[in-house]
Amino acid sequence: MFSRMSGRLLGIAPAVPALIVLFVFFLYPVVRMLGYSIEGGTFEWYAKALGEGLYLQVFLNTFEIAFWVTAICLVLGYPLGFLLATTTPGWATLGFIFVLLPLWTSVLVRTYAWMVLLGRNGVFNRAMLEAGLISDPIPMLNNFSGVLIGMVHVLLPYMVLPIYGAVRRVDPSLVSAAEGLGASNARIFRRVYLPLTLPGIFAGAVIVFVLSLGFYITPALLGGGRVIMVAVMIEQQVHQTLNWPFAAALSASLLVVTLAIYALAQRFTRSSEAA
Amino acid sequence: MQARSADLKVQGLEKRFGEVAALDGVSLDIMSGELLTILGPSGSGKTTLLKVVAGFEKADAGTVRIDGIDITALPPARRDIGMVFQNYALFPHLTVRANVAFPLEMRNVARAEIETRVTEALQLVELGGYDKRLPKQLSGGQQQRVALARAIVFNPRLLLLDEPFGALDRKLRETMQLEVRRLQRRLGLTTIFITHDQEEALVLSDRIAVMNQGRIQQVATTTEIYERPANRFVADFVGESNIFHGTVTEPGVISLEGGRRLLARHSGKTGQRMGVLMRPERFGRGTNVFAGEVKEAVYLGVSFKLRIACDDGLELIVRQPARGELPAAGTRVNVSIDPEDIHVF
Repeated sequence: MFSRMSGRLLGIAPAVPALIVLFVFFLYPVVRMLGYSIEGGTFEWYAKALGEGLYLQVFLNTFEIAFWVTAICLVLGYPLGFLLATTTPGWATLGFIFVLLPLWTSVLVRTYAWMVLLGRNGVFNRAMLEAGLISDPIPMLNNFSGVLIGMVHVLLPYMVLPIYGAVRRVDPSLVSAAEGLGASNARIFRRVYLPLTLPGIFAGAVIVFVLSLGFYITPALLGGGRVIMVAVMIEQQVHQTLNWPFAAALSASLLVVTLAIYALAQRFTRSSEAA
Repeated sequence: MQARSADLKVQGLEKRFGEVAALDGVSLDIMSGELLTILGPSGSGKTTLLKVVAGFEKADAGTVRIDGIDITALPPARRDIGMVFQNYALFPHLTVRANVAFPLEMRNVARAEIETRVTEALQLVELGGYDKRLPKQLSGGQQQRVALARAIVFNPRLLLLDEPFGALDRKLRETMQLEVRRLQRRLGLTTIFITHDQEEALVLSDRIAVMNQGRIQQVATTTEIYERPANRFVADFVGESNIFHGTVTEPGVISLEGGRRLLARHSGKTGQRMGVLMRPERFGRGTNVFAGEVKEAVYLGVSFKLRIACDDGLELIVRQPARGELPAAGTRVNVSIDPEDIHVF
């Protein structure tokens, strides 16, 4: 009895430093934040966050952006992940460098780079003007599309990697079998690859969606104050209006929504694995 | 279910993987309705040959013809060849019924006809009632049957089986072998069976093609392969064997290395070097007598297997009907073999 207890304690011991760090710098601040949000024992800040049209609109904006970012990442990321998983090892390595390189670069740097590219006098607009393709600059910065472009760029690897993994796990003999049984390439994709990589698609979509919900730097810079996502709004409450209880209520609401989506996704993946 | 039996003609196939020649000039004729086994050790090129026939691998040279029509350049999807893979390759996300229906759906067969044909195919492999199961809910033998049903349901012109019974235990393997044989006969389906198991090859085949190092060593009926192997490799690979080399000294006599004179029927000229094969179970009565000492004796139920060190230096494996006491090691014995039972190659 004693030895079993001490054995268990011994197993925990190496994790203690990390547990302390998590407790002090993660769990405590979250609890403290939740405390702020109901300061004075009222739920008025929650009522304001979720009840007033203006703030609700920001939540809806955030979901809309997250949805489109996820959709675009999927459309761009599936072919890329598929290609990386099915090409020769040499090309796959090269492809991976291109996919992963952005991940090793600061988000801030990449976002500023996009500002240079997308601006009214940016690289893209000037090139198209000079080529005579357009007569007026297309607004690509400080709006919805600017935010989308920047976020898709940052989040694409999170979609590509799980899809790459899922495609790699498809047994090549299944593809041969389908081919031998008379399936065209389109049908091999639809009947074999797509259903077998669905868990990867799902995993990638959940990661991208959840990360999008809390995105801050990219929408703050590329949105130019005109595209407000929840994280941007929270920052304004903290720094500009100094309304910490309201910022805490917004944060808590976002946290709950994110956790709910994550839990829902977990349920789906588990039931699709069981099937 | 009616098979559209076809014959297959493979000519001058060559395939190199870097330095290695997987197929080194392979030609093969398979008759309509025949079950031909390609037997060979791993790395002999037999799987490459099958892949080239199925269209999954492109040969560097040579042609593949079905019923006289050149299909060398045709993609696998348009060859109408049914194939059972080593690991079955059943679609894990589809039910048994959907797996078997797959090739019919790819051919845009009408819904109602798919239903009847799938039911028929599943009954043929004795899996009626398993329609709604997923592959992982089936045993190895059952998965095997599904793979078989899926490979024959669209009336292929040719059936290819790539070591399909490797993962099954011995008893199940034997059942499945007989079942494949029964099914193949009943449908009259031209079939190529790949295996490295010589016993399996003998049980199943009309003819056997023995392959080694990318070449076909011999194509012949099962008895021919066993009784009259064309060369040392075939003699050694198929069945247990005592193989020696010697020189023809006079008609009907071969002097083995080491000096032993052996009476044997042969067509060689004096001075020609020849190989000699004596099957262990052929020892009994005969004019070639070997005296020696038992080195090792094993009881195998049906027979005793003896390793005998002969006084003239030869070492023989001999099988005798299991009757009486198992000879102890060190026992002196005489064994003999008839010249008619010695195969010279």
